Amino acid sequence: MSPMPQNLREIVEEFTEVPEAQRLELLLDFSRELPPLPERLADHPELFEQVVECQSPLFLVVEVANDAAHTTGLYFSAPPEAPTTRGFASVLAAGLHGSSAAEILTVPEDMPQQLGLTRALSPLRMRGMSAMLARIKRQITEQLNS
Amino acid sequence: MSLPVDSNPAYAQYAHPERLVSTQWLADHLGAEGLVVLESDEDILLYNTGHIPGALKIDWHTELNDEVTRDYVDGEGFAALMSAKGITRESTVVLYGDKSNWWASYALWVFTLFGHRDVRLVDGGRDKWIAEGRELVTSIPVPAAADYPVIERDDSKIRAFLPEVLDHLGKPLIDVRSLEEYTGERTHMPAYPEEGALRGGHIPTAASVPWARAAAEDGTFRSRTELERIYLDEAGLSAGDEVIAYCRIGERSSHTWFVLQHLLGFENVRNYDGSWTEWGNAVRVPIVKGEAAGELPTGFGERR
Repeated sequence: MSPMPQNLREIVEEFTEVPEAQRLELLLDFSRELPPLPERLADHPELFEQVVECQSPLFLVVEVANDAAHTTGLYFSAPPEAPTTRGFASVLAAGLHGSSAAEILTVPEDMPQQLGLTRALSPLRMRGMSAMLARIKRQITEQLNS
Repeated sequence: MSLPVDSNPAYAQYAHPERLVSTQWLADHLGAEGLVVLESDEDILLYNTGHIPGALKIDWHTELNDEVTRDYVDGEGFAALMSAKGITRESTVVLYGDKSNWWASYALWVFTLFGHRDVRLVDGGRDKWIAEGRELVTSIPVPAAADYPVIERDDSKIRAFLPEVLDHLGKPLIDVRSLEEYTGERTHMPAYPEEGALRGGHIPTAASVPWARAAAEDGTFRSRTELERIYLDEAGLSAGDEVIAYCRIGERSSHTWFVLQHLLGFENVRNYDGSWTEWGNAVRVPIVKGEAAGELPTGFGERR
């Protein structure tokens, strides 16, 4: 397995250690724990990028800081009627928020598949998850280069 | 043992009012003997966030599809699934779901492949139940296993395969996808990822009627008069027509199948579940791009 920030690695392990039915329960728990947007972002929809590959509306903001590590903040917004989308956003928030840009860029592209949900979730949904990760990485690269 | 039909006068206009129940009817009959309520959603976690009291979840992806072949479960698989959900052949099965019953219609269509006699939709689905402030619970019922016979699936009446669609050419087809998918501008739904169709466009002569036009703002079905305006006046269907509906994988077209068959009373309506993810990848099948329905190329639409 490629290197992953510790928090994310622990979440992946948490998923793979339990049977499939419980993985869905776990994803649901994550969906409930998606942190609310900080006030400075909540009223600024123009700052968000929409992940159009997701089956339900999902918006994200990536903030790369100017410190040596380029500490990266990740913020997500998804409606409560979209628990699967929220759940995965919450996994990324809990696993990657506050990591360095370099650490996030090395997260393997197939990280969503490593959660062991590929049988339970449709291929469309799995692709939505991969797209979320890909868009985060693309935004980081753009911000580092600008 | 069947439950009484919803005598809501609003449903009397439809060809088969016995296929619909209102949220009020459901609230009045919750817990009745012989009733099984199933939720079928696009987002499979939605049920777990709160559902109608006593309802069970049915998962279109893992429970109704065969895991290996691109097909639905077989008679034994369906019997086992029904049994586990406490459903007998006599049960009144009432389905509801998110997004104007899109996936609930899909489940209802699969139940119909197995000839389950009494299967109905909650008009307006999950959203209407919630909008009316009705109770949601998170406790998941554990039904006692029931006896459900092994019934072979009948794919001949309401399901069409690619060769049958080719034979059907010249008769009415309804393409229920978005206009961008119909014209070939894109091969997948707006805001949905590419799903692997190599070619974009539509089957020649198919009329474009996006599925959601059959639903009102609150997710309930439009009135018969409104539906006739859409499918008869605009799309050109006439009573007695044989019709095939298709979309991307056959789920949105199940909704249209329900409308044509049960609300407007067309007796020969088939859902082509291979839909665009098959047609758009098949070799040498005719495709038309653009907004016009298009003509059949020579060699198609006549006895070959």
